[in-house]
Amino acid sequence: MRVDIDVRHLARIEGHGNIVVRIADGDLKEARWDVVETPRFFEVMLKGKHFSAAGILAARICGICSISHCLTAVRATERAFGVTVPDAAARLRLLAKHGETIQSHVLHFFFLAAPDFLGLSSAIPLVEADPEVLQRALRLKGLANRLCDAVAGRTTHPVAFQPGGVSMVPEKRVLSAIRNELEDGLDDLHATARLLATFEIPDFERETEFVALRGEREYPFIGGRLVSSDGVERAENEYLEMTNEAVVAGNTSKWSSLSRESYAVGPLARCNLNFELLHPEARQIAANLGLAPLCHNPFMAHVARLVECVHCAHEAIRLVDEIVSSGDEPAMVAVAPVAGEGVGAVEAPRGILFHHYRYGGDGRIESANCVVPTAQNNGNIHRDLPDFVRQMVESGVNDDQRLELLCSMLVRSYDPCLSCSVH
Amino acid sequence: MKYLGIDSVRPRIAVFELTGCEGCELQLANKEETLAAFLDAVEVVNFREISSSSSDDYDIAFVDGAVSRADEVERLEVIREHAKVLVALGSCACFGGVSRLKNAFDLNEANREVYGDRPQETLPVRAVSEVVAVDLEIPGCPVSKDEVERIVQHLIWDVPYHFPAYPVCLECKQRYTVCTYEVGLLCLGPITRAGCNAPCPAGGLGCWGCRGPAVEANAEEFLTTVHERGFTNDEIAERMSFFGGFEGLLP
Repeated sequence: MRVDIDVRHLARIEGHGNIVVRIADGDLKEARWDVVETPRFFEVMLKGKHFSAAGILAARICGICSISHCLTAVRATERAFGVTVPDAAARLRLLAKHGETIQSHVLHFFFLAAPDFLGLSSAIPLVEADPEVLQRALRLKGLANRLCDAVAGRTTHPVAFQPGGVSMVPEKRVLSAIRNELEDGLDDLHATARLLATFEIPDFERETEFVALRGEREYPFIGGRLVSSDGVERAENEYLEMTNEAVVAGNTSKWSSLSRESYAVGPLARCNLNFELLHPEARQIAANLGLAPLCHNPFMAHVARLVECVHCAHEAIRLVDEIVSSGDEPAMVAVAPVAGEGVGAVEAPRGILFHHYRYGGDGRIESANCVVPTAQNNGNIHRDLPDFVRQMVESGVNDDQRLELLCSMLVRSYDPCLSCSVH
Repeated sequence: MKYLGIDSVRPRIAVFELTGCEGCELQLANKEETLAAFLDAVEVVNFREISSSSSDDYDIAFVDGAVSRADEVERLEVIREHAKVLVALGSCACFGGVSRLKNAFDLNEANREVYGDRPQETLPVRAVSEVVAVDLEIPGCPVSKDEVERIVQHLIWDVPYHFPAYPVCLECKQRYTVCTYEVGLLCLGPITRAGCNAPCPAGGLGCWGCRGPAVEANAEEFLTTVHERGFTNDEIAERMSFFGGFEGLLP
């Protein structure tokens, strides 16, 4: 048996990465995942910037999860200066996070992943082939984007988040209207779960270490302790002991490792490590679709994303109710810069994200470090590939085209964001 | 798509990305209420981020991102050969965007700081028009999908599109945003090209000039007024450099 797979710039993912698989005389000679995205050197560009510019610049690391990057930069800055934001601001930030999580997950499910399971090259043919599914996708994505617009001031590259709190408070009547949309959105998410149940999820497992924030009372999104499924636990400030980044040949993205050669972050890691904190309805959907911790099949991240959408929709409804019934409390406190450093950890849609800044007494950044979810996943994707190819070949897959599609689907199951990972 | 029984011309469009966050091409999949109609009005033949089928036979190429590596120069030259119309999409493609901030640093040192003893290939950031001829530039970080939709309609009709000549200030007035200067913050709204509907001043951020200079910007009067309000040339120049759109106009 001979296989030569050489995918340059894999489609339906964010950014540029290549898959190479070679089988000769029945032996697997090579199976690689290489990230070739152009580096932008954000850690260098952040140097010298005033604290008020940190979140605005950091947001530009990613066009999909800019709210997460902005909030992580702002959190790192606030922790460096010893600032605690008012509850009103914390609620609005979390509400924007939920909007971003739903937006990102829905985009991935319908536009990047579903075409593989539906035998299409993209979601565009759905305009004619299945307008009902397309309309459902657009309703869900539209609702999530309107939530981000209302709370973050814009869906991509938010304008409302500054060190000290939020600089724009949405009108309560706007939030109430979005609350109604969220209720309808839950129906659309249940319909999406029924569609997902018809997808043929590849049967593949590789024992993996998962890393995520650990929630105490709530499913985690902003700040908290860092945990791994192999039993490692660290404080937010000790993120370097979790991430252990290394530069690898042929890759512009760094790779991470902890107890093993690589680890995974993202919706599956979060579900695996915080399952009992999910909303009961989200857990029910997980059960219906066969997701239970610890799950070692990376393709089950598709289920985890949908489960998180249901959780986030419920949480967003709860937050809107809280905000609407609260008084007009201040959402911003004054910020006085001091020399020092701070680490921010946030669960971005694709996994745990760290920003670390050292500030001078003038409130300008002296050094910066960003450890991004997909950079943590890239090594794990690479290590999944050979095992996956072997298991697929053993199960009878023997033509290049099918194997190439399956390998592409494996990479897409991580929803990689390569611009982000290289930054 | 038919209107009054007449078939419209569906231009074949392609979308490519160079150095950037791909946020501008993501906007093409936003504005969900009209997305189905948008996808019906054009034929998307090459858009790697959302489609695994691709063709080199296209009329309009949208290029998102700046140029910062040799392979991007090669890709861009091929795109220019194939495209009848090449559109620079977003501030990175138009001016270099925030990526241009890199050019203020020594690139060898930057490489050492990020990649240690395994440096990666990187060139000073350039706008798309510094590498190939560009037919139309749509600035913004990110671009406004509203504006992109209007521009695509003009491309279909073969009628020139005119960007607003006035600055962002006018759009703040239209949406009743309290002037950023009234709350004591710096704002580039008086000299920046409108068309974004001014989300940043409304969000309490002031304008950072992502769309570059307005046609009718009165830079001299702007500087006088901003100096009177206590802002220094250094602060103004730093803000004007953020997205790279005011090169050559800094105080």
